[in-house]
Amino acid sequence: MEPEKRMDKRIRVDLNLEQNPISPFESLSEEVLFLILDLLNSNPLDRKSFSLVSRSFYKLESCHRRWLTPLRLDLLPSILTRYSSISHLNLTLCSRLTDVTLASIASLLSSSLRSINLSGSRSYTHKGIECLAEKCFNLEEIDVSIRVDLGDEVAAAIGKMVKMERVNMGRCKKVTDLGIGCIAAGCPNLKLLCVKGCVGVTDLGVKLVAVKCRKLQSLDVSFTMITKKCLPAIMQLPNLEEFCMTGCLGIDNKAFVNLKQGCNSLQALDMSNCEHMTDSGVLSILQKCPNLYHLNLASCSSVNVSILSGLKSMCKLGSIKLDGCKVTASGLKSLSNSCISLKELSLSKCPGVTDEGISVIMAKHKDLVKLDVTCCRYITDESLSAITSSCTSLVSLRMESCTKLSSEGFRLIGQHCPKLEELDLTDNDLDDEGLRSLANCHNLVSLKIGICLRITDNGLIPIGQSCPRLRELDLYRAIGITDKGVSAIADGCPHLEMINMAYCTNISDESLKFLSKCSKLCIVEIRGCLQVSSVGISVIAAGCRLLSKLDVKKCCEVNDAAMFSLARYSHNLCQIHLSYCSVTDAGLLALACLGSLRNVTMLHLSGVSPKGLATALLMCHGLTKVKMHSSFKSSIPRALIEHVESRGCSFHWMYKPFQVDFESSELWKQQSHDLFVE
Amino acid sequence: MKQIIGEPGIDLSSDSKMDLKLTRNSESFHKPNSSNHNLNSFNQASQYFPNLSPTKFLSRAENLQQNLKTKSTNSFEPNLNSGMATQNPPLDWDPHAMLSNLSFLEQKIHEVQSLVQSIIDQQAEFSSRPSELATRQQLATADLTCTIIQLISTAGSLLPSIKNTLLSNNPALRQLVNPDFNNNLKCEGLIRNFPETARNSEYEDLLRNLDNEADWMKEPNPPPQSDIVDANPIDEHDLKESDDGDAEREHLPPGSYIVLQLEKEEILAPHTHFCVICGKGFKRDANLRMHMRGHGDEYKTPAALAKPSKEPGSDAHPVTRYSCPFVGCKRNKEHKKFQPLKTILCVKNHYKRSHCDKSYTCSRCHAKKFSVIADLKTHEKHCGRDKWQCSCGTTFSRKDKLFGHVALFQGHTPALPMDEVKASGSGQGNDDMTEDLGVYNGNFASEECLTSMDVKGIDESRAYFSPMNFDGFGALDEFGRGGFDLEDNPFAFIPSGFGQRSGDS
Repeated sequence: MEPEKRMDKRIRVDLNLEQNPISPFESLSEEVLFLILDLLNSNPLDRKSFSLVSRSFYKLESCHRRWLTPLRLDLLPSILTRYSSISHLNLTLCSRLTDVTLASIASLLSSSLRSINLSGSRSYTHKGIECLAEKCFNLEEIDVSIRVDLGDEVAAAIGKMVKMERVNMGRCKKVTDLGIGCIAAGCPNLKLLCVKGCVGVTDLGVKLVAVKCRKLQSLDVSFTMITKKCLPAIMQLPNLEEFCMTGCLGIDNKAFVNLKQGCNSLQALDMSNCEHMTDSGVLSILQKCPNLYHLNLASCSSVNVSILSGLKSMCKLGSIKLDGCKVTASGLKSLSNSCISLKELSLSKCPGVTDEGISVIMAKHKDLVKLDVTCCRYITDESLSAITSSCTSLVSLRMESCTKLSSEGFRLIGQHCPKLEELDLTDNDLDDEGLRSLANCHNLVSLKIGICLRITDNGLIPIGQSCPRLRELDLYRAIGITDKGVSAIADGCPHLEMINMAYCTNISDESLKFLSKCSKLCIVEIRGCLQVSSVGISVIAAGCRLLSKLDVKKCCEVNDAAMFSLARYSHNLCQIHLSYCSVTDAGLLALACLGSLRNVTMLHLSGVSPKGLATALLMCHGLTKVKMHSSFKSSIPRALIEHVESRGCSFHWMYKPFQVDFESSELWKQQSHDLFVE
Repeated sequence: MKQIIGEPGIDLSSDSKMDLKLTRNSESFHKPNSSNHNLNSFNQASQYFPNLSPTKFLSRAENLQQNLKTKSTNSFEPNLNSGMATQNPPLDWDPHAMLSNLSFLEQKIHEVQSLVQSIIDQQAEFSSRPSELATRQQLATADLTCTIIQLISTAGSLLPSIKNTLLSNNPALRQLVNPDFNNNLKCEGLIRNFPETARNSEYEDLLRNLDNEADWMKEPNPPPQSDIVDANPIDEHDLKESDDGDAEREHLPPGSYIVLQLEKEEILAPHTHFCVICGKGFKRDANLRMHMRGHGDEYKTPAALAKPSKEPGSDAHPVTRYSCPFVGCKRNKEHKKFQPLKTILCVKNHYKRSHCDKSYTCSRCHAKKFSVIADLKTHEKHCGRDKWQCSCGTTFSRKDKLFGHVALFQGHTPALPMDEVKASGSGQGNDDMTEDLGVYNGNFASEECLTSMDVKGIDESRAYFSPMNFDGFGALDEFGRGGFDLEDNPFAFIPSGFGQRSGDS
């Protein structure tokens, strides 16, 4: 049905051209049109409009496109016949990719294909990859991550791609050293390898990679069983810049202390969650890798920061993450003394961070760009004044749950840090005065002021007026916000992509109507907004075509009408949370027609029958995760559940009692605060 | 008489020699497998010391036990045992016993005589094979030692009756009955004091041996017992025991051990029982025991014969090492850097492995050959399990070997085990994959086939729910066909910005 209609359109365009032979568009040369196409990046719909101008535009657009992310598998044949020069294919949304499809892709795109992303797709096996290896000899990048059931054969197939440069095999748990060995031996140009979570990979495989792939720049061996045995080989890689070994419990101090040679090219090292690392190991690796810039020591609980005092020459370290480490004021002092060129510092959840420590850091590092003091509950306004007075070029500041800060302090942020782009003040005592002062930060891209119960429209309106670049706004449980504030945001922030207004009980359909102007909006969370109805959802669906994630839990007024609108317009919708809504079988079935839908949570849908649910489950082919009430488990045929599961969907059977009321946000916040005081 | 020889004799062996003995005890004789006869004698002995305190008694008893053990190996045991077993009976001199002892001695001396004679006869032959000569020499030495000891014991039995006359004239015999000396020292003293009995070189050798032995007793650190035990061909020894490692580690100074070299035929004979003294092999232990009798009377006792190899006190055997008869081999004693072999088993395995044809072929791979059947069995256990294979066809028994190989050569890749590939290939209709690909390659006319699974799923669902009736919503088929306005957005793209960069190739 669909292609036929398109044919009608084409004919119509042709007729137009015949009637009006001197079409102004025809006079433009291909080069000019390609240049125009180069610039059409911001909104994918622009390119679509472009291609609908005329037949030649359509053709040009087809030739021009290099990147493609098909939303549904059934679109693939027609898309690939149209776009024959695709070089980068992202198939992550086509979850049920089979070998036959891969073989077709391989023969259609053959030499033009450079990069293919199969992450999370199911149903293909190594045979499909072998077809790719055979035909697409220019393939440089492949992502086969999150295929828990795929084994060494896939790796062996990848090993046949001689030009391969970037391989991501994260969480392919069945891949062993043999597979990695095949890649190492077969891909001499390898620059990036990620074997994160491949628990079968040991020292032998990693060592072979290090010996064979001398061009390697980035290596991720997180959550594998590697030990110190493979480190010498890795450190001898001449081009290694990024090395990630999160959660490698086999790595301990000896691994680095006994290391004869460090890596000069290494710039980023992530050894977070390496629980057996302690001071001496960290110190020796810092001494042996002189060009290290990024260092992540998050959750290395046995590392004491004060060891950094031993590093007089460590001037190149620019970014340190110490999340959850033992940090003291003296430790921070030695850190500030030794790391002169520090730009980014993360002290999230370090219980030892105090005003003294912060001011020591701030005194030395005036050009800090990023600072994360999330959950440092002992810092007060004194720290904030130290931060704001010295670090005026701060771009990112995250200080969620710094409960001792007062609104006076927040005013300082707005006054002194105009370059801020990312600000997280969740769960703080922010008031309108403070929020209003943040309007000075014209570059704000992301603003998180959830659980700030005291803010109202008076604070939010100036933000909307002066922060045009805002893309992300979190108003979770900001109960003082009403439609007026949201309308200011919608007017002033056209680039808004994500908004969270969960439990903002004063929000109504009006807000959603305003927000429908933000055409880039893709994530909308209005959980618990009781005044929102199907009207608002329909407007959003029609206005924000890119909507991919919608949370309308406990919006009791939302019914089938909203679902019909979503089914009609929101072809990008991947995730929806419907619990407690007034949706019936019809709405659910309409929604199930959305091929893009992958993740659905539907508890306590009073209007939905088991049969309707079963039908919806059968129709919705792309589903990967469904949360349902466990009462349905018995009423839906077992065979059907198994069938849906065989298509790659996982069921989460929840047993939650129907909740009539929910507590007020004040009570909720009080409860959450009581928890951490204990 | 009995008072001197009997009770006081025991007394002295338990009391005054304790200092001497304790060291030995504590150092090396905690062997759990002490033979039965020792326990028996311990039990017997314990009857004689009822008045000792328990702890003291224990140590004394241990000493005694040890003492008895030592004695037993020196063939004094029969006499002592007889003395003890009769609860100190009036020790009458038995001329019959004496006669039989003397006739045995005579016989023994004849044996040695004939042995020495044979050495003289075959002297020309021995000049070419000095080891053979050494073996014979060793035999003669052992026989003579045995004879002397027997002589002393015989004379000792005579002592009570001639006490007054003999003791007054002979200080050595006075020493013999002196409670301050143990049996070994008695021997030494006797021999020292009768130098005129034998003045040949062999006898001097014997003296030196006995001297060493006495020193050995006095030393706080006796020579490692394990060596002696190892020197014996113990049946329980693992047949596959390496013939290299141990001997290389021990670094015995040359000359501190006796080197035996067996003939090729002897090595290759299918023997399992070997003489610790001459190395001769036997098919049956009974044959060996009979052979051992020829080495001396000490091997005649039922105890010595019953446990020929487990006897910890068999210190009479000097440290013995073996030489490979293959001239030029490092294990051959002619070799400059000669490394002796420890046991006869080692000799056998070494000789077969190094100097014999490999006649046993693995029945599985038909490639590997072995000369020692045990090696073949070991190999066959693992043969076919070389699961680590390289693309070049070479197989490895260990993964790290394979990876070392792959790292070394360009173009080699690890090969996946075939069964694994097959197992995983049995996904969904993969056997038909190749045919399918041939049909579907290049044309998307098979569009339906691509989504055939989906269509099927829908059909199934329809069939499944055919009796269902959706009120006012019966047009289930419309959903199946995608009845909603899809043409509006035939190409939907994720908005992440990933797909939007273009122009670069």
